[in-house]
Amino acid sequence: MFNSLDQLFVSLKHWLVGFAPAAWQPWVSALISAAAIIGVFALLFALVTVLERKGLGRIQNRYGPNRVGPAGFLQFAADGIKALTKEDLVPRAADKVIHFLAPIVLVMPVVLAFSVLPFGRDMVAVDFDAGVLFFFAVGAAAEVAVFMAGWSSRNKYSLLGAMRAIAQMISYEVPLILSAVTVIMMVGSLSTVQIVAAQGGYAGWLPDWHVFTPWGFAGFVLFMIAATAESNRSPFDMPEGESEIIAGYFVEYSGFKFALFFLGEYFGMFAISAMAITLFLGGWHAPFEALVWIPSWAWFFLKLMAIIFTFIWIRGTVPRLRIDQLMNFAWKFMLPMALINLVAAAVWHFMPTGLARWLVGVALVVGPYLLLGRGLMQNQNVGKRIYRYAD
Amino acid sequence: MAVLTIAAAVAAMTLRNLVHCALALTVAFAGLAAAYLQLDAQFVGFAQIFVYIGAVAILLVFAILLTRGGEVPGQSVFSSSWVWGGLAALAVFATLAWAIQNSFASQREPAETVQASVKQIGDALMTQYVLPLEVIGLLLTAAMIGAVIIAMKEEGKE
Amino acid sequence: MTPLAAYLLLSAVLFSIGLAGALTRRNAIIVLIGIELMLNAANLNFIAFWRFGENPEALTGVLFAIFSIGIAAAEAAVGLALIIAIYRHYRTANVDEVNSLKG
Repeated sequence: MFNSLDQLFVSLKHWLVGFAPAAWQPWVSALISAAAIIGVFALLFALVTVLERKGLGRIQNRYGPNRVGPAGFLQFAADGIKALTKEDLVPRAADKVIHFLAPIVLVMPVVLAFSVLPFGRDMVAVDFDAGVLFFFAVGAAAEVAVFMAGWSSRNKYSLLGAMRAIAQMISYEVPLILSAVTVIMMVGSLSTVQIVAAQGGYAGWLPDWHVFTPWGFAGFVLFMIAATAESNRSPFDMPEGESEIIAGYFVEYSGFKFALFFLGEYFGMFAISAMAITLFLGGWHAPFEALVWIPSWAWFFLKLMAIIFTFIWIRGTVPRLRIDQLMNFAWKFMLPMALINLVAAAVWHFMPTGLARWLVGVALVVGPYLLLGRGLMQNQNVGKRIYRYAD
Repeated sequence: MAVLTIAAAVAAMTLRNLVHCALALTVAFAGLAAAYLQLDAQFVGFAQIFVYIGAVAILLVFAILLTRGGEVPGQSVFSSSWVWGGLAALAVFATLAWAIQNSFASQREPAETVQASVKQIGDALMTQYVLPLEVIGLLLTAAMIGAVIIAMKEEGKE
Repeated sequence: MTPLAAYLLLSAVLFSIGLAGALTRRNAIIVLIGIELMLNAANLNFIAFWRFGENPEALTGVLFAIFSIGIAAAEAAVGLALIIAIYRHYRTANVDEVNSLKG
């Protein structure tokens, strides 16, 4: 019973594929996977936009959308209809072809990235031998799309926004990938399925997730900070800081193309959260052995919602950084920490199991953290700010 | 696919607007990555996308914008010795095509099963090819430092 | 035409296009792009010969292509840094005008 529930979607897919002639079956199977991924995540996108607005509203002591549908949950439909029926403006000076292609180039790689993520037991569209590499490679293509959008608009603000976005994405890609490399090194595989399989056991009351090791915890925190920057979310949303450069690289987009940018941004956030779950939070494995009966895909989406909630929470809480602070943070703190974390993981791997391993591992992560943090904070006045007013 | 790659390469070499050239080049890189995937070299294909589209293309557009290449030049985009350059390229192509057509090696059939799993590549890099790997690490570090020093503003000059 | 010959021909075409671009264009960045294209064409040759070659389990072609991609990245970085330095000095990225040996 539990097993069949767990494999519900897999059996459904096999049943559907069975109708197709034998020669077509691989294609039909791929098509069904793609349709399922796009459908599910489009629905999630709709849900999360409403949730984010409601959550931000609560944090800012207001209600948020509550007019359309029950408790405002159909707001996304209203927004969607509005976006579709708006006039599609293209600036006269814009480079028409590139202006048109940019949103498509942005959304396509993000959707491709979902294909290597395991959503549940046996639920992965394609299990590449180099899955993690594929994920980051298609993620890199988004930078080109951002440049295309910013440059083709022929607008100072969009070009400035695009340049900021690319500089930020390139800088944070380094710690992002280095923190993922620790996991790859420990598991010894680039395949997402095998990374999840390596976190399947339970040691006492703790599951074997990578986040429950010193290097895994540090890696997870680094990965999530870099992921926030990579998906251009607050507090790293300089590229589209409304108060500084209007809306960054997509100022000149309206109507459906703007909706595509919005979609691409949220899809990127989902994809990178799902990658964090796969790498550090045990993928679709249950946190306690007693809870294994809950289907694997349910665990995956529960974890995804938890991470998305954290993103919303951070967005509502932390103020935006300055661009030089952001770059300093990436190169002077994140990068050294990620490299030290790599060493910590290697030491952990070669020490025998026991308390000594934990002590050394924690020391190797916390020590550099304190040193780096203190070192960077020197000569900086971070005390309470004193305001002087004209008398 | 091959046609798309070639068309993109031609566009990258002939368009007047430098940014268009860089974007066409990106398409050509993607086409080459697809060719690698066709040839069962998955790892190289992904590395190609990662390095060329993610890094080199971005570097190129940054350089283009920094040197004010975004504006379309008024005069001819070809250098003064373009006739000789074109003739040399044509001659090279003719030689290569002739060699390929007449080579016995091009009659080969592909091997049945070819595997280049990440594990094999990693093993090879860490055992037989560990010295080249170290050398390339050193080279990349040197190149990075060199590039920073070259591009750094000369003190006091500006 | 056999598959190997097709790949080799594609590589030859790309190499020639890159060469033509590098030799005929005015802008130094396009010259660099041409060089990148030629490098890529060579990579394609390595991969094709590995796939159709004597003993593919040796992985020589794949590893050579990986090293070559790494070197190409370094080359692009240094080349663009040079172009930016030249631009700063001469206020142009045009190879025809950068012809003086005096600083």
